[in-house]
Order: sequence, then structure tokens, then C-alpha cells
Amino acid sequence: MQLIACPWCGQREEIEFSYGGQAAVAYPADPASLSDEQWARFVFFRDNPKGPFAERWVHSAGCRRWFGAVRDTRTYEFLSVGPLSATTARPSVLPEATP
Amino acid sequence: MADTSMLVRHPLEARRTQLTELSAELDGVALELETPVAAVDLRLDPADPGPAAVADVAGGPLPAQPDTWTELVAGQALRLGPDEWLLTSTAARPEDWEFGLDEAAAEFGGTAVDVSAQRTTVRVRGASARRLLASGCAIDLRPASFPRGRCAQTLLGQAGVLLVAHGVDTRGDDDLQLFVRPSFAGYVVDWLVDAAQEFRRPT
Amino acid sequence: MSRIEGYGRIDRSRHVTVTVDGAAYTGHPGDSLASVLLAHDARPANTGVKLGRPRGIGASWTEDPTGLVQVEEPFPEPMLLATTLEATDGLVARGVNGQGRLSEIPDLARYDRLHTHGDVLVIGAGPAGLVAARTAARRGEDVVLVDDRPTAGGTLTGTETIDGRPSLEVVDEIVAELRASPNVTHLQRTTAFGHYDDGFVLALERRTSHTDDGGLARRSRQRVHRIRAGRIVVAAGAVERPIVLEDNDRPGIMLAASARDFLHRYGVLAGREVVVFTSDDAAYAAAVDLHDAGATVQVLDARPTAPAVWSRRCADRGIAVTANTHVHGTRGPDRITAALVGPERREVPCDLLLTSGGWNPTAHLFSHVGGRLAYDPSLGAFRPAAPRPGVEVIGAADGTFGLADILRRAGGAGGADDAPHADDEPRDPTAVLWRTEGDPARQFVDIQRDATVADIARAVGAGMTSVEHVKRYTTIGTAHDQGKTSGVIASGITAELLGLPVEDLGTTTFRPPYTPVAFAALAGRERGDLFDPVRTTPIHDWHVAAGAEFEDVGQWKRAGHYPHPGENMTDAVLRECAAVRTSVGIMDASTLGKIDVRGPDAAVLLDRLYTNMMSSLKVGRVRYGVMCGNDGMVFDDGTVLRLADDRFLVTTTTGNAAAVLDWMEEWLQTEWPELRVRLTSVTEQWSIVAVAGPRSRDVVGAVFADLDVSNGTFGFMTWQDTALDGVPVRVARISFSGELAFEVSVSAWYAAAVWARLLEAGRAHGITPYGTETMHVLRAEKGYPIIGQDTDGTVSPHDLGMAWAVSKKKPDFVGRRSFSRAQNQDPRRKQLVSLLPTDAATKLPEGSQIVRFADDGRLPAPPVPMLGHVTSSYHSAALDRPFALALVKGGRERIGEVVGVPVAGELVAALIGETVLVDPEGARRDG
Repeated sequence: MQLIACPWCGQREEIEFSYGGQAAVAYPADPASLSDEQWARFVFFRDNPKGPFAERWVHSAGCRRWFGAVRDTRTYEFLSVGPLSATTARPSVLPEATP
Repeated sequence: MADTSMLVRHPLEARRTQLTELSAELDGVALELETPVAAVDLRLDPADPGPAAVADVAGGPLPAQPDTWTELVAGQALRLGPDEWLLTSTAARPEDWEFGLDEAAAEFGGTAVDVSAQRTTVRVRGASARRLLASGCAIDLRPASFPRGRCAQTLLGQAGVLLVAHGVDTRGDDDLQLFVRPSFAGYVVDWLVDAAQEFRRPT
Repeated sequence: MSRIEGYGRIDRSRHVTVTVDGAAYTGHPGDSLASVLLAHDARPANTGVKLGRPRGIGASWTEDPTGLVQVEEPFPEPMLLATTLEATDGLVARGVNGQGRLSEIPDLARYDRLHTHGDVLVIGAGPAGLVAARTAARRGEDVVLVDDRPTAGGTLTGTETIDGRPSLEVVDEIVAELRASPNVTHLQRTTAFGHYDDGFVLALERRTSHTDDGGLARRSRQRVHRIRAGRIVVAAGAVERPIVLEDNDRPGIMLAASARDFLHRYGVLAGREVVVFTSDDAAYAAAVDLHDAGATVQVLDARPTAPAVWSRRCADRGIAVTANTHVHGTRGPDRITAALVGPERREVPCDLLLTSGGWNPTAHLFSHVGGRLAYDPSLGAFRPAAPRPGVEVIGAADGTFGLADILRRAGGAGGADDAPHADDEPRDPTAVLWRTEGDPARQFVDIQRDATVADIARAVGAGMTSVEHVKRYTTIGTAHDQGKTSGVIASGITAELLGLPVEDLGTTTFRPPYTPVAFAALAGRERGDLFDPVRTTPIHDWHVAAGAEFEDVGQWKRAGHYPHPGENMTDAVLRECAAVRTSVGIMDASTLGKIDVRGPDAAVLLDRLYTNMMSSLKVGRVRYGVMCGNDGMVFDDGTVLRLADDRFLVTTTTGNAAAVLDWMEEWLQTEWPELRVRLTSVTEQWSIVAVAGPRSRDVVGAVFADLDVSNGTFGFMTWQDTALDGVPVRVARISFSGELAFEVSVSAWYAAAVWARLLEAGRAHGITPYGTETMHVLRAEKGYPIIGQDTDGTVSPHDLGMAWAVSKKKPDFVGRRSFSRAQNQDPRRKQLVSLLPTDAATKLPEGSQIVRFADDGRLPAPPVPMLGHVTSSYHSAALDRPFALALVKGGRERIGEVVGVPVAGELVAALIGETVLVDPEGARRDG
């Protein structure tokens, strides 16, 4: 049972949280202008890196606030948590994953 | 013939006697249903001066720290989130409590919504109160980590609860308060009653 | 009798009687079931799982691969080790032939959990663990100390000297100090069985198994401690490693240290004529102690020379020591009568053969969290290779075997100078010996699994080069003991057969649990009524008193129908349906999700999340709305009440209440934080009572005298506020049945009273309480879908025939873009239609497939193309026949077509129709 540090409530067991997938996948400004394929990419496709990954989490059983996290997908370790705006940077600007 | 009187009763009123009788047979644990109180969910920018203005109406300062609570003149102010508080009143009628606080908060872009019936309260007292709760609650309940003035929204068993630490009295009796959704209250009390069997006095 | 006077920590003044395989045996408190049997020179009637060969007791604790018993009393439990069962009066067990048997009676005992937080958790109360715990406690840390045996001290026998005193005196002293420390939690009989992320350890405490009364009334029988500590100290000791030899599965073959444990812990001599076969020094202590207790002992040491100190001690006692000698096999009818020694296989008579090939550090709890183990050739075993943050491994678990060294290092990095002292013992290196020469098919590696060296050879011969594959092919290490004695040997022998160094091969991964854990203990309190929370409404007690049958909706108990005496569900539902269509019914709709949406941008948020326009809704009015995901598929539906310009009350389906609030919060917090909107769940704040039927106006009007309920003033899809005895009440004209209907909302505090008042007012009209079953029929007659029943996440509003609920004016909303995807435009998509079985008699089972109808009424030979499936199906009182809703490919184009539905082997013909079957012109909704 991993601990996750909610930026507001502090460390809690992982079952109190829900996963919100990859961070910084913005809702398209003008969906109507997208091709079917571009729209499908937004709806159905997400990155799946080996290493640090910027994600969204919500403290469902606690304060119910969404927050951003960078998590290493190899070890599950949370490298950082913070407000969404501060951690939604694309994974490409994160420290390089060591294979 | 069903009772048609508009009396406010604890959702588990029918079990009050059971809890009293059980508590008399327990060592260091007493379970009690609390009288329902008026409550609002306050959403407000935590930056000044909103909280201070609301505090005037609420009857006491709003807690500034995460997961803490303060006493109001006739109630409690519990911090639920960065911009969220639960404010209770033992004196006001729910609709008045909502109206007054909503008016105060509105000036600062805040809102107050009546949630008086959205939660109900169970009190757990006694020297073993924390140990009883630790059988279903994963957060660190050691007195140093969860002293009087702290509160936490977390899980007890599989039910969401708002756990509130009150003081330890001179006899060393601990005092904790559990806010729970009324629909889950039966489950939570069943759960507490089952867990409390450990604390039965030897006969 | 093999009980030796003057030995053991049992209470000889008292007696317990146990029964094994029908025979009664007397033991003492402090005994294990195994020690009672050995004291009587008995064993459980065990046989091996595959080959049926007799099996005895091979070790004294959890590492024993063979001594399994089926417990019958006090409660039936399969396959427990006789060595770990404490002998209590009335214990009844029998040997296990192959497999055990689960209980056929319910387990009435209580099982529970306890969360404990500490600065440090010490696993193991042997000398290393005790000193580490004491050091931490003296520093003022919150210490949790767990140990799996009934008493502290680990493998200390009492013969050792610590601080110039008998070792167990020092153990008692440390234990007393720990017990007196308020910051120490010390638990014996508690096995740390799993170690997980962030300092989290699960430990199983056996709380009543050593008491006679079973403690059923008060104490939980077993408790899973969920321990979270800043630092984990693994001081779990080590397990002796046997040497594999031909016919090594016989009763009377045991680990050397175990025989010593039986002697010193229980005062039991496991044999009178003892051969000790070893490649390690520690077995000499067993030889000496067993000799001193009265046995005839000789030692065969596989190493070229015997250790000098021990040779002298043996010589003093007349114990023969022969170096450079192997035992190659054993002989006996079942129990061993002779060891076969040397290449010439000389028969050496004995009734007990002890083997010792060195020690395997018990580093499982280090390995569980990814701690790397590496082969240490000086030990012939794997030990922790690199430190891991937050985890320390000390003592024998780290491969430190001398008591002096263990005590010296156990104080930790702090270098506690108060650590107790023991004199150094010279120690000759262990010789690594996995097996001796012999017939591989009779050399047992995993004795419980009946897996031999020949099985490993077969695995290697089949091309397997990984120990993980060999493990799965041979099943070595998969029994109750999880390969505590066999795992490393299997690696060693596999490496030998592959011609590789063991270092390169590694060992199999240790995974929790360290020892078997009963499912009941893992379930804890979460079984029976507490298995899953049961949520009830404020009117629940009334439903119970009225004899309702309940339907589970998520965690809610909802009244499904209220059968009268003699009625089955169909009868009751038909009666309740008829009452709503002809007079008036009343239903508890409190479980509907409710969200208070407030703020200047509330309408903007709802416009973006609902397919229809909400900003145009006027205050005082109600609108039905549909929500879709980004994929354009229906996710939820419900009504929206506009309470004020900046305030809406949104209702959701019962099952989706939390999901919809989460969905709205997610968009608001992560995508549109600039919107000034706040969401508050008021699901349990407001109870809703639905009053439906042509007489509902009379009933609502009678209870709320201030309310003008006339159609002109109180129109369909509007709401009004009123009060009852000063309590605010909101009444809305919303119908889920097509009938004139009202939804009465009141604070849940008053729900039961309002329900009672409405019932009272309705008595003159024969008001009928109806449940969710009836509600389902009424809504299906009107073609209203239930999200999650008629939809499954692949159904769009258009598929449901709800294009009318999809705004064409709004530039965008969640899901809109997906509607124009080619896949969503396909006319062959499944669409919601009604189905009327043409025989007007068959109720089509929900979930039935729909196929082309064949005139002969038979299902054609496969493959049969599927056209769709039945989503809802009921008997209708209004239509006086069964009907169904279904999702059918290109369904609306097929209206008027007859399709086939296979029911019990027959093809039932059904006519596809429009979804609205009752009152299609909507004449009834205004009463």
C-alpha cells in the first residue's frame, strides 16, 4: 500500500486517490476544426513512457482536489507532487529516464 | 402508524440504547450518537479578507491550516480543503445558517450550501478510542500526529468519514468525533460495534 | 516417551490432551503439536502428495516441509504445520494424505485488522532484533517489535552465555524492559508476512490459538497488523539448509538445529540413536546437546577436516566424529533405521538422521520490496547485496552467524555501547554441498512437492535455464513452506546441471506471504454484513416494516417492490404499475445523486457538460439532460433545476452520483479552473419522494396546502418552493412514468415524516408504495432508457433516439465532436427500439441475443449473425403482455420487422417497434 502525498492533506494511502491519466492533455481549443484522426488521438491516445511521467491524480476520499504528479512508471515512485499548473509540464522537459 | 411529526432525530436514533448499553460493557470505549446540527459547506477564497468576514457571522475564526478545526461560539469550523470548510451550528436553523453565511461569503465570491442532513455524527470516547478507530483507519492516529484540533477526511473501513480530534480529559479519556454520510451511518456503527467487542470487559 | 527431565520451557505441572489420527496424546502448555507427537515417538499419518511415501516431521518451525496436519477441532483448517500449532486441550488433528479439506461449517470467529504507526519496526525477536529494538526504544523512538514464535529469543536455546549469564535470562530482561516502555509495541505469535512500499508491513497475529477457550466471544482469532514505520529492521534469522540425499524424505530425518530446538524448547529428544551429517559447524551443537540429553550420537562431516574445537568437545563426550564422509541414502520400513554411509553405502543404524548444509538467511522481507540478493559462496546462500533506503537487515538474516558478532552489530550504526556481549566462537567455513551421490529419482529437493533431482534434470533437459522456469516446471518451492529449505538447493542443483555458477543463475523471487495466511484473516471484518457498505435512505425503516423486497443499486438498498401476502414479484409489480397508471403511487427516490452547482459561470459549465442547452433554462423550470464522455457515448442522465441565475440543482442516476460529481469536478479543476463555479454534493441533504399517477395532484395538494398544484399554475417540468410546519420543501413536476407526477424534496431530516404525511393524504385514493422494479416497468413502457441497463458505454444519444436532447445551437460540449465521426454516423449502429414477442406471452430474458427470424422457428446452424440484444424486459399491466427494449443494429429502419430471439432452445418471434408503447401522445402527464 503505497503512500501518496496529497499537496493539501499530506501522505495518505493510495486507495484514497484516483488516477486521472496523463497530465497536460489539453481539451482542443476548437474540436470542430480537427480531423477525425486528430480528434481520435485526443480522445483515445496517451503516452506510455518508461520512466518519469506527468500525471493527474485526485484525492477522492479526502479533500477531492486534483493535483499533478510526476511518477516513475518503472518504480511507481512519486518524484514530485504539486498544483496542476506547476507539474503539468510535458514529460519531455522532465529528467531523462535512465533505461 | 408512522410518525408524521417533523422532529429532528439522529438517523440511527433507534440504536441509541444499544450503543449506550454496549458502552457500559466496554473498557475504555464509549459510543454515542450526537444531536444533529446545522451545517454548511463553505467555499471561499482563503486569501483575506473573506475568511475574516465570514468568521464574524460564523462566530469564530476559520481554521487556517489544512486538516484542522476551530471552535465557534456554538459549533465547529472544519477545514476540508484549500477553499472549503464545514461550518456547524448547534444554535441556528439550517436555512438561517445557510442564508447568513452565504450572504457573508457572497461578497467575496464565496458560497455556503446547506448540508445539515448530508452528514451525521458519532462520538467515540475513552482511553481506547484511538485504538478502536485504528482497526479501520489507516492514518496515523498517534496523539502526537493527530492531536486535538486536527481533523481528516479519510476512510473507516470502506466508508468515507471526517474524523475529528477533541481533547484528552483529566482521566486520560480520549474524545473523537466521526462525521459520516447518513446512508453509511448504519454500516459505520455496525462496524464500530463489531470492532468494540475486543474491548468488552471480562465477565 | 522421549520427554527429557530438566529440559524445555513447557509447563510440566499442567497437562493438555490432543488427538491425532484418532489417538490421544498428553502434552503440556508450551508444547507444539509436533513436540507432543515426538514426545510419544509418534508422527501424523502423512504421505507425500504424489508418490504416497510416508512423511514425518522434518524441522521444528515454519520451514518444515512435511509435518502438515488437517485440524478438525476447535475449527476445521486444512494443511497446518504441526510444528507451528500450539498444543491446546481438545485439539483434534489428523495427518494429511496429499491435500487438506476446507471447513464445511461457517467460521464464527472474528478476524480483524489494526493499523499501527511507528518510527521503527523490528521483525524478529532473536538476539539481533531484541537488541535493535531496545536500542531504538532507549532513543525514545516508537518501536514495534514482532516475532512469529510464542516467545522471544529466536534460536537461543539457553545454553549460550550473554554478559556472563544464561542467554535466556538476558532475553527475559530485555523483554521486560520493552514491555515497560510506553513507546514499544511488542507482539509475539506475530508473523511479518509481507513487506510493501513506503515502510508498510503486514503481520499476522495468532491471538487465540494458544488458549483453550478459543476466545471466540471477545478477541479476534487472528489479526492482520498493518504496520507503517519509518524504518524497517529485518532480524528474521536464518533457516538451516538440509543436504539432499537418496530417500531423504523418510520420517526420522530432520534438520540438526530443529532437533536441538525440540530438546531445549520442549524437552523432547527426537531420537535415541542419532547420526549427524553436516558440512557446517552449527550441527555439532546439536550433536553435543542430544548426547548430553541421553542419545547416542555420531557425526559425519562432509568437510575434509572436522572443526578442531568441536572435535575436542565431541571427543570429551565420546561422540565419534568422522570427517570427509557422505551419507548417500537411508534405509527403513518407513521411519529411518539406518543411514547409508560412504561410497560403499555402509549401513549405520539410527532412528534419527540430522542434516545440516549451512544456513539460508531469511531475507524474504528485504526481497519483497525489491531488495537485491546475491549469492555468497562462503555461505552457499543468498544474502542482501546492496542496502535499500529505510530497510536494515541484521543478524543471521544478513548472513552474520556468530552470536558475538550479531550482538555487536545489532546496536545499529549508532554503535550502542550498551549492547550485550558474548564471547567469540571459532567457526570453520561451511562447505557448500547441495547433494550427495545417489539415485536422482529418490533424492527429494522439495519434499512436500515430491519433487526430486530427477525432476530438475528433466526441466534442464527440456531446455529450461532460468530458476523461475524450473520452479514452475517442477513446482519446487510452491508448497506451504514456499521453498524455505528447498529453494536455494534447487538453484544450486540447477546450476550444477547447467554447468553454471550459482551466482549467475540467481534464486527465485520471494513474494509475500512469507508463511500461509488464511483468507479469513485477510478479509478481516469485511465479510457477512460488513463485506461491503450497505447504504440506506432515511425512509429505509418504513420500507422494511412494509415488507419491501430490496434491490441492490450500487451500495444502496432500494425498495424493489412491496409484495402482499401470497404475491410473487411479478404479481406485486403488476399491481403497483396498475396503481400508478390508474390512481397514485409513491416511491422513495432519495438515492438519486444531487449536486448543487453555484456561481456566476454555473450555466456555462452545464452547457459544456450536457448535450443540451442549460443556460436557456429559466429559473423555476426543470430540464432533462444527457451527459456524454469525450467519445460521444452517454455517460449519465438526469434532471436539472434552475434555482437562481447562478444556481442549479443537478440530479444524477443513483449508481453514478459519485462518478458524475467527480467528472464535473475534474473538468472544473483541471480544464476550466477559470470558471467561477462551485459544486457541492447534496445527495444525502435532500430526500426525494416521487408521487405519481392521475391522483398525485390531489395527494400533493392535500399535504402542501399553500401550493397551487393546478396545471395552469404548476406546469410540467417546473418546480416550486413551499413549507411544511415551517420546514422548507421543494416540489417539482417531473415524471419518469408518463403519468402526472410530482417529486417532493425535503431535508433528509424530515423525509420519513413527509413520506408518512403523503401516505396519509393518499389513503383515500389507495396510494400504493412502489419500488424500483415497478419504476423500471413504467419507464420502459414510455421508452425512457436506464443508463447502465439500456446503455453500456457504447451508446450515443442518437442511438437512444434522443437527438432532441442534443443541442444544435451550442458550438461545443463534451462529446459533440465525436458525434460527427464516421463511426457515429453509421446507420447500422445499434439503436434502441421496443420488442413485442408476437405470441404476447413470452417474457424475453434480458441479455438475449437477437437474430434474423427463421420461419421454422429454429435457430439456424452457426454462424448466426447477431442483430442486437434485449436490454430490458417486463410484463406490462398497461399493455397486458410482455414487452422489451432492445439495442438492434439499424433498429429504427427495422421498425415493423419481425426478428428472432432464442429462448430456451426455441426461436421466439418479436416485432420491432417504436420505444414508446404507452400513451405515445403524452396525454397523461398533465393528469
